[in-house]
Amino acid sequence: MEKMMDDCLELGGQRFHSRFILGSGKYSLQLIEAAVQDAGAEIVTLAVRRANTQDKENILDYIPKGVTLLPNTSGARNAEEAVRIARLARAMGCGDFVKIEIMRDSKYLLPDNGETVKATEMLAKEGFIVLPYMYPDLNVARELVSAGAAAVMPLAAPIGSNKGLATKEFIQILIDEIDLPVIVDAGIGAPSQACEAMEMGAAAIMANTALATAGNLPLMAAAFKEAIVAGRKAYLAGLGRVLTRGAEASDPLTGFLHD
Amino acid sequence: MIRINGRQEKAAGKSLADWLCQAGYSGRMIAVEYNGEIISAEQYPQVSLHDGDVVEIVCFMGGG
Repeated sequence: MEKMMDDCLELGGQRFHSRFILGSGKYSLQLIEAAVQDAGAEIVTLAVRRANTQDKENILDYIPKGVTLLPNTSGARNAEEAVRIARLARAMGCGDFVKIEIMRDSKYLLPDNGETVKATEMLAKEGFIVLPYMYPDLNVARELVSAGAAAVMPLAAPIGSNKGLATKEFIQILIDEIDLPVIVDAGIGAPSQACEAMEMGAAAIMANTALATAGNLPLMAAAFKEAIVAGRKAYLAGLGRVLTRGAEASDPLTGFLHD
Repeated sequence: MIRINGRQEKAAGKSLADWLCQAGYSGRMIAVEYNGEIISAEQYPQVSLHDGDVVEIVCFMGGG
């Protein structure tokens, strides 16, 4: 139990007890507070968009105090645009965290790893705590480490697909080789998948669509929370070994009644 | 004309602070970029708008 008590996720020098990063897209503002509470989330992502005066509501009014805001750079098609969005987000006075999201392809929404490395380098130099969303490639992950990223955020499956750990083998390589938190982002559709990623040694899970498209959003947030905690405990405990073949009795092999 | 969030607006001669107030942005959490440069809220009254200027006003929205 002691191992669990001081088990924190550290990002940019800040410590978090929750390993569930919650998205705030595609559902009503009224549900955000319940989602954050039931998820036990301490970090919530946001997008930056052109303002208009028709929307009277401010999303920040719905996010409980004390939650760390993680603006993303969605909409950016290259490093320059991502840097511009990150700077605008920081100008709103909500801290130095930024999730880099750069996509040139609108069909599969895959991140542009090369531009992501460039943006990471520029923003880290400006003092941002940079969490880059990336396609799980070990060489790129190493470049992101050198560029000053605070974590890497490999995708499990295409954004919004709820398809689970399609890139499992490659995420495992990042976990084994990269000396930064590996936060699995995008494509996680069910608590069991989040749990599996945590058992593999992921540092945290980011989810949005899995909750936004669930029948009962706050209940699904609670389910994810428990799955992530369970997966983390299993990782810390160390999973039991798997036999290549055959069986091994769990019961004593002596003292049978027919002996 | 001044291009504000992609729309042409008649705002030449006004200060950025006056235009934002008149358009209904008072008290809103926004960030403003004026001709490619981020302007802090304290500077809004000092920025006077001229024809050909480009202004972007952004805010936070739900997102992943």
